[in-house]
Amino acid sequence: MTAATSVEQAEQGGRASEPEAIGLRAPAFQRILERLGSLWTFGVLVVIVVAFGIAAPSLYTKAAWLSTSEYAVEYLILAAGQTFVIVTAEIDLSDGAILGFSALAGSLLMNNLLNHHVDGGLTTFLGIVVMLASGTGVGLLNGLLTVKLRIPSFIVTLGMMIALGYGATNLLTNGNEISNLPNQVLAIGTDSVLGGWLPIPVLVALGVALVLGLVLGRTRFGLRTYAIGSNRLAARRAGVAVNRHIVWCFGLSGFLAGVAGLMVTANLSTASTIAGQNDELYAIAAVVIGGASLFGGRGNIFGTVIGTAVIAVLTTGLVLANVSAFWQYVAIGAVVIVAVAVDQVRTRTAD
Amino acid sequence: MAVTRDIVVSKDGPSGAGGPSSAGGTPPVVEVRGITKRFGSVLALRGADLALYPGEILGLVGDNGAGKSTLVNIISGALAPNGGEIFVGGEKVHIGSPLDARRYGIETVYQDLALAPDLSVWANVFLGRERIVRGPMRLFGWLDRRAMASEAREQLDRTRIRIDSVDALVGKLSGGQRQAVAVGRSAAWGSRVLLLDEPTAALGVEQQERVGELVRSIAAQGLPVLLISHNLPQVHELCSRVAVMFQGRVIATLKPSESGIDEIVSWITGAALVARKPE
Ligand SMILES: Nc1ncnc2c1ncn2[C@@H]1O[C@H](COP(=O)(O)OP(=O)(O)O)[C@@H](O)[C@H]1O
Ligand SMILES: [Mg+2]
Repeated sequence: MTAATSVEQAEQGGRASEPEAIGLRAPAFQRILERLGSLWTFGVLVVIVVAFGIAAPSLYTKAAWLSTSEYAVEYLILAAGQTFVIVTAEIDLSDGAILGFSALAGSLLMNNLLNHHVDGGLTTFLGIVVMLASGTGVGLLNGLLTVKLRIPSFIVTLGMMIALGYGATNLLTNGNEISNLPNQVLAIGTDSVLGGWLPIPVLVALGVALVLGLVLGRTRFGLRTYAIGSNRLAARRAGVAVNRHIVWCFGLSGFLAGVAGLMVTANLSTASTIAGQNDELYAIAAVVIGGASLFGGRGNIFGTVIGTAVIAVLTTGLVLANVSAFWQYVAIGAVVIVAVAVDQVRTRTAD
Repeated sequence: MAVTRDIVVSKDGPSGAGGPSSAGGTPPVVEVRGITKRFGSVLALRGADLALYPGEILGLVGDNGAGKSTLVNIISGALAPNGGEIFVGGEKVHIGSPLDARRYGIETVYQDLALAPDLSVWANVFLGRERIVRGPMRLFGWLDRRAMASEAREQLDRTRIRIDSVDALVGKLSGGQRQAVAVGRSAAWGSRVLLLDEPTAALGVEQQERVGELVRSIAAQGLPVLLISHNLPQVHELCSRVAVMFQGRVIATLKPSESGIDEIVSWITGAALVARKPE
């Protein structure tokens, strides 16, 4: 304690001669604001849960919880992968398209295998493998194109989104949906644990969030993800294989799109060609509401979970409150802008 | 080309005699010979020679664009040279990446500091050589955060760097503190040589003095330092030898004990070259 105080005093002299010193002497309320920053969106979530609960008490029912949480599944899984990509200062606009493509590719295979009377368990296994592998493959391709050809990921994944989401997906099945699926796949969408309170897809989404939260926050891979987004050159000079790392992050995002594709397929008992369309918008919105910066270096999975929950509760709450569905979009769009605006003000006062 | 090469002045070597790799004396810790580097049509280095001896502080001065940063970046593996040789401990080596340089014990403080502002002090100190826990979680690259925090604390204390908390984000530190973290990090890791590219450029007078003291104490602990700086009085005071770069080449190596600041300046501007040309 004494040592710390003398260090503090010793530093005062040095600080005084520098303009930055002002920032370090920020008034207490600014520092409090800064700390609260990460919890700010959590506060928003609490407020909307309470407010909608008052407007529509049916929000506090099992049915509302189930519809809200199941609605959030695909966004949460996509947003978790998107968080890694955004923290490295890249972006993945194609994760919704990858979801649709991988879900349809896996379902197409399962449909064919079932038609050839292959065992349902084996069919399910192979279908899942194809979904995850095709998602991962497209994600890795996104990453490779970004780092090898030095095309901004915004462009690479925009192109991928259009080509895959609107083109390849329809080409796979001539625009048809597939609902001839093994019972084992359908069971994923209908089974639940904890007396029906926790459907399997919700469990999977929460598991994904937990694991990735730990990876991003507690492992070497996570630390390097932040370092790359914070100062790419510094990371490279520190010996981090920056390009390879970015490719892995896109691969992870693609893999999770495959996982989300499986959940959506199981939930709807169908793989449709429009599954996942526009999902990337909500995934990015969730990450941004959660406090991540598109300039990289900032963001975490906890924030992303909160951001997804805000979107899901707004959506369900407005439905339960009998507000026109179009207001959902207005509300979510406004929250995205307000979240970033508040963040800007916060960091500006903090710097 | 040949003109300037012929009149290179050498007052270097620990014994003061001979060329950069003088026989008889202690061999240089790190030596580069004939390094060339081209950026498109710009010849940034045209055959630069430099040798760093044990325990010394070697100043590297020169006008903006003389090639100092380029030379340092080549020694530290951040840039690949087009030609020339690098010797570490008398052996010819290939430095293909910053990791290679680190393996040879070469640590660098870059002109832009190369810190990640969104990471804590300890994370910056350990970036690229993170401590991973023992046990099964090792498989996942689980960080040993406590070990890194306490080691970072010790490392910075050892180099007498004052940072209130190693958990603070680097982006929240003052310019002087960031500089201290960058220097302290490299000093702590460097086992053979420390390269400093304008470590005091962004600092006030008092902070410059402090970095100067730091450099002196690092060298006193046995780690030779290559110091690039525009602060000639400080270079003159701190360094045992001063190498002058001019248009991509080291054209003179002077000893502050024998040459004044004026003479160093005349080499930096090239005036000394012109004066000698008729010889
Ligand atoms: N990355 C680069 N691309 C193109 N030219 C460069 C690059 N880095 C340095 N140069 C050029 O090389 C020359 C030497 O630069 P530098 O090594 O930074 O000089 P110094 O550090 O001595 O000021 C300058 O002409 C500079 O413009
Ligand atoms: Mg320079």
